[in-house]
Amino acid sequence: MDDFLLRALAGGFGVAVVAGPLGAFVVWRRMAYFGDTLAHAALLGVALGFLLGIDINLGIVAVCAAVAVILVVLQRRQALAGDTLLGILSHGGLALGLIAVAFLESPRVDLMSYLFGDILAVSARDIAWVYGGGAVVAAALAFLWRPLLAATVHEELARVEGVPVTAVRLAFMVLLAIVVALAMKVVGVLLVTSLLIIPAAAARRLAASPEQMAALAAVAGCAAVAGGLWGSFTFDTPSGPSIVVAALVLFVVSALAPAVRPGRHHH
Amino acid sequence: MDEGLTGAAADTDGGAVLAEAWGVDVQIGAKAILSGADLRVRAGEIVTLIGPNGAGKTTFLRVILGLQRPRRGRVFRRPGLRVGYVPQRLALDATLPLTVERFLALGAGRGGREGAARRAAILEDVGAAQVLASPVRDISGGELQRVLLARALLRDPDLLVLDEPVQGVDVSGQADLYGLIGRIRDERRCGVLLVSHDLHLVMAAADQVICLNHHVCCAGRPEAVTRDPAYLALFGEHVARQFAVYHHDHDHRHGTDGAVLPLAPEPDDGRHRAETPDHG
Repeated sequence: MDDFLLRALAGGFGVAVVAGPLGAFVVWRRMAYFGDTLAHAALLGVALGFLLGIDINLGIVAVCAAVAVILVVLQRRQALAGDTLLGILSHGGLALGLIAVAFLESPRVDLMSYLFGDILAVSARDIAWVYGGGAVVAAALAFLWRPLLAATVHEELARVEGVPVTAVRLAFMVLLAIVVALAMKVVGVLLVTSLLIIPAAAARRLAASPEQMAALAAVAGCAAVAGGLWGSFTFDTPSGPSIVVAALVLFVVSALAPAVRPGRHHH
Repeated sequence: MDEGLTGAAADTDGGAVLAEAWGVDVQIGAKAILSGADLRVRAGEIVTLIGPNGAGKTTFLRVILGLQRPRRGRVFRRPGLRVGYVPQRLALDATLPLTVERFLALGAGRGGREGAARRAAILEDVGAAQVLASPVRDISGGELQRVLLARALLRDPDLLVLDEPVQGVDVSGQADLYGLIGRIRDERRCGVLLVSHDLHLVMAAADQVICLNHHVCCAGRPEAVTRDPAYLALFGEHVARQFAVYHHDHDHRHGTDGAVLPLAPEPDDGRHRAETPDHG
C-alpha cells in the first residue's frame, strides 16, 4: 500500500475513534447545529493561525473555544432563540473566515482543502496532531463521562445532585472544538458535523447502553473512513465527501436492520 | 390516604426547618413571576404548593432548589441539606439508550454489587421493580414517576422536592402515588415539598398548603385554606363546594400531642394563618 494511503487511513481512524463517542453526545444533546457553527468558525481559526504565524490547529481550537463561550454567554441572556443565535454565529463565522482567507493571498492556503478536507495530503505531523489531540480528548471524555451523561439526561436534576453542570458543558464544548480542528483535515469544515453525528446515529439501533453506542459510533466512523477511501480510489471521487457518503450508507443499512433492544420484563 | 395524615399536626411545629424562603421576587423578562413569596418546610412535614397553571409554582420550587436566583428575597437551606428532586418531566432524547437501572446509577453512584442491590431494593419499595431492566423511554408515565422518585430516594434526602409528581398518571394511580409519598415521609421523617394543581388528593395528603398565584394568596392547614376567601376566589365556588363535602369525611384533627380532636371549632391560630400570607 502507498505511504500516503496508510497515512490517510491512520489519520482518519484517529479522528473517527474520538469523533464517534463525542458525536454520540452531540446527538443526545441535540447539538448538531452547534457542531456546524464550530466547524464554520474553524475557517476563521485557519486565517488566524496564518496571520499570527501560529499552528493552524491552535488557531482553530482558540476560535472555536471563543465561539463556544460567546454562545453560552449570549444564550444566558435569552434575547434571541438558540437556533437564531447559532445561525448568526455559524454563517457569520463562515463568511468572515472566507474573507480572511481571501485576504491572505498565500499560495500555502488552499481554500478547497479546508472546506472539503484533503485526507490524502495528511502529513506525519498531522498524524501526530491527530493522535496527540485525540488522546487528550479521549482521556478528558473518560474523566467527564459520568457527569456529562448525567447532565445530558436531565440538566437540572444533575445540578441538584451536585454536578458542576456549567463547567462540564464548557469542557465538552472545548473537546468538541479540538475534534473539529482534527476532523477538518479529513472532511473539511463543511462536512465536519457529519463525521460526528452520522456514525453515532448509525450506531443507535444496535446499542443497548450509552457506552455501547459510543463504541459502535467509533467503529462505524472507522468503517466509513476505510469505505470512503476505498471508494475514492476506486471511483476517483473526492475523499472527504466519499467518507461522508460511506457513513451515510452505514446509517441507511442500520436504519433498515431490525432493532436490538434490551428485553423488557413482563409485569 | 390516611397514612398521609397520621401524626402530621404534632410534627408541624416540632420538626427542624429544612428550607425557608422570605419575600421572594422573580422576574423573567418584563413579567413578574413571583412577588413577595414566603415558604417554610420542616422535617417530617408535607408542604404542597397549589395554584393555577402559570402561577409560578415550578419557579418557586426552582428558587428553593437553588436553580433560579430570585431578584429579591432570601432563601435558606439548612447547611448540608440533602435534597432529592423529582422533576416534572424527563425529556430523554430518543437516541439515548438508557435502562432504568443505569438511570438510577447516574444519581447516587455507588458501584459494585452493593449499589446495584440498593437500587433494586429502592425501586421495589416504590413499586416499580418490574421496570429495572427496561429502557427508560419505554416505561409508562406512572412508572417513570416512581423511577424518578426512586432516584431521589437513593440520595437519602432530608428534603424531597417533587414537581407535579402525578402528571400523566391516572386517577387511581395518583392516589397511590400520594399514599406512597405520605408513607415515605412517615418512614424517613424527611420534609416534602411538592407542587400540584390537583386539588382533591393534595388536600388530603398535605400538612401545609400554600396557595400561589404569583404571590401567596393564602397558606395554612388544608381545612383552613379551603375556607379562605382568597382560595375560593382562585379556584371558584364550585370547586370549593366539592371540597366542603370532601372535607366532611375528615371528622377529626390532631392536637399538638397527637390526640384526636373534633374538627370544629377550628383553632383560632389556624384560621388566622390561613387568612394572611404570613404563615410563619
